[in-house]
Amino acid sequence: MKKDIILAGVGGQGILTIATIIGDAAAVAGLSLKQAEVHGMSQRGGDVQSNLRLSTDEIYSDLIKQGTADLIISMEPMEALRYVEYLNDEAWVVTSSQPFKNIPNYPEEQQLTDELAALPHVASLPIEDIARQNSMPKSANVILLGMAARYIEILTPEQLRQSIARVFASKGESVVQLNQQAFDLGLNAVK
Amino acid sequence: MIERKLLLGDEAIAIGAIHAGISGVYAYPGTPSTEITEYIQASAPDVRSRWCTNEKTAMEAALGMSYAGKRSLVCMKHVGMNVAADAFVNSAITGVNGGLVVLAADDPSMHSSQNEQDSRFYGKFAMIPILEPSTQQEAYDMMKYAFDMSEKLRLPVLMRIVTRLAHSRAGVVVDDAMAQNELNPDNERTHWVLLPGNARRQYASLVAKQPELMSWSLSSPYNKQAVEADKAPVGIVACGIAYNYVMENNPKAMGIPVVKVSQYPVPESLIKELAQKCDSLLIAEDGQPLVEEQVKALVGSDYKVKGRLTGDLPRMGELTPDCVGEALGIKVEQTFAAAQNVMPRPPALCQGCGHRDVYDALNKVVAEYADARIFGDIGCYTLGALPPFRAIDSCVDMGASITMAKGAADAGVHPAIAVIGDSTFTHSGMTGLLDAVNDGSRITVVISDNLTTAMTGGQDSAGTNKFEAICLGLGVDPEHVKVVVPLPKNMEEITRIIREEIEYDGVSVIIPRRECLQTLNRKLRQKRAQQ
Repeated sequence: MKKDIILAGVGGQGILTIATIIGDAAAVAGLSLKQAEVHGMSQRGGDVQSNLRLSTDEIYSDLIKQGTADLIISMEPMEALRYVEYLNDEAWVVTSSQPFKNIPNYPEEQQLTDELAALPHVASLPIEDIARQNSMPKSANVILLGMAARYIEILTPEQLRQSIARVFASKGESVVQLNQQAFDLGLNAVK
Repeated sequence: MIERKLLLGDEAIAIGAIHAGISGVYAYPGTPSTEITEYIQASAPDVRSRWCTNEKTAMEAALGMSYAGKRSLVCMKHVGMNVAADAFVNSAITGVNGGLVVLAADDPSMHSSQNEQDSRFYGKFAMIPILEPSTQQEAYDMMKYAFDMSEKLRLPVLMRIVTRLAHSRAGVVVDDAMAQNELNPDNERTHWVLLPGNARRQYASLVAKQPELMSWSLSSPYNKQAVEADKAPVGIVACGIAYNYVMENNPKAMGIPVVKVSQYPVPESLIKELAQKCDSLLIAEDGQPLVEEQVKALVGSDYKVKGRLTGDLPRMGELTPDCVGEALGIKVEQTFAAAQNVMPRPPALCQGCGHRDVYDALNKVVAEYADARIFGDIGCYTLGALPPFRAIDSCVDMGASITMAKGAADAGVHPAIAVIGDSTFTHSGMTGLLDAVNDGSRITVVISDNLTTAMTGGQDSAGTNKFEAICLGLGVDPEHVKVVVPLPKNMEEITRIIREEIEYDGVSVIIPRRECLQTLNRKLRQKRAQQ
């Protein structure tokens, strides 16, 4: 079994934290993993993505082939659309519906919504609003991971929950609890 | 104790080097190599690891440590090799005492760079062994191998990686650390004093070692027939990370034999054997067509060799599993067409960054001069080239802002303004400023000092607290060294000073100084965490 995931967003939105949580869970579960990250200049408000590959067998390429990705997890709707040619026909797109507009020629929001809606499997929620309403403004990325959890399949939601405890352990018990709460919010928001 | 860790390629190299018993790492920050030195700084207190002023000082200090008998690692991004090249090439002539490994991190596709030069050419040029790992595990394993080989051959070893390996994570099994070497300075002055008489002998000895390098390559655990097959229409030579993209396309199922190359010089007989079994060869290598050119010479002009030169693979940019698949006749199958409503999202200077105020001020003043030119440099502030600023006219290499402004001023351009960051100034700007002072060039130099090396993630900057003293020491008139705080409320003062200094007929230096917001916020977070 394999799962090829593209994580997408804008520099600073926290996609590497999502990658770290999934990566930790995969390592504990004994899966093979490759995860290509973006460092350097694009982290200054540019588009960032990470190819995250999980498998029960050996993985060769750090990069995913077009037409073969199983899942896009995106912190931003236009960034989710940037990688649709990588998806296979069964794939899911799990994304924030809230645009991050830091360019003058950002497309019409309705066009983005329409283009996302044309894909067969999409889960889209205003995660930053949800995070603020639940007094966890910094955990929007973990809410998004919760939304994606049931589509990751090669890892269970419970394995990811436990990984959150390990990844945030150094920041104290209250931070762990807040992030697990954020994860559950996302998990229960999509059925 | 053997354990499995999830590591970036850079981290695997760092641990590999620590475990190989290095006594020092010498480096200047540069994407994608920075995390190697950062990891060693954070985890190996007994290894000397402070950042160096530039790649040349790093290379020379590492050679000095090797001279003294200890193992040392030098790390840099590919363009850093240009800065270190004098010391690098000559370190192959002197040879080494303690093991010396030079790590060059190339950036095919120029994710964070101004070119995609292939560092393997430097290794071939210097006539030393080159290692090119395919995986994070190999990157770890190769460090011990590289240091052992360096000491046995008494030559520096170049390890070349690419962004995809440096910044990709995978599981790595790590072993125990070796002890560091004892202090044991070399007494063989004829090796180290490169007067022409000695240098000729040393060069002859380097030339004489070349067959030995070839036999190391042929018996290397990293060069091998990775996929066996009998007669085949095409065989693949897969170098470094390209091996992964080849294997992703499952050549075994197609009956295509593969030779994996991760150590150079190119293992000639291994490739000749492959060529004899096949009607043609495909050379898959990330970077420039170094192996392709050599293989063409090896198999003769009648034999078909495919690769980047023939257009079977793209001439530039990093390889992908898709383009390697296409070269093997596997079509890319998109399920969904690319989306219509996607715009490029280039990086930008952070909101509130001091560089923004510097460019606001410069733009206000230069609007009054039809012929003004602003020469930029390498760092976050290169983003001043993009909207809304569109402020700089050039960005070429570390330090070139000052020297290009000088040359343009010599030719008659006025105002000629240089914008350079604090870390870039100490890296390669100081010598150019001395030229300008000695020549009395009419230039205005803006050292935009944010107290850190920001672009690569906020490493210490070599000149912090020393800039006024450096400029005065180089002979800039004290009346024309001005310090300002780049904030919107000071705009009137800043623009007035820029105007005055542009009108001065000589070298003037303006230092806008305000801490990088990223490092400031990080320090505040750390402070809060400690409370």
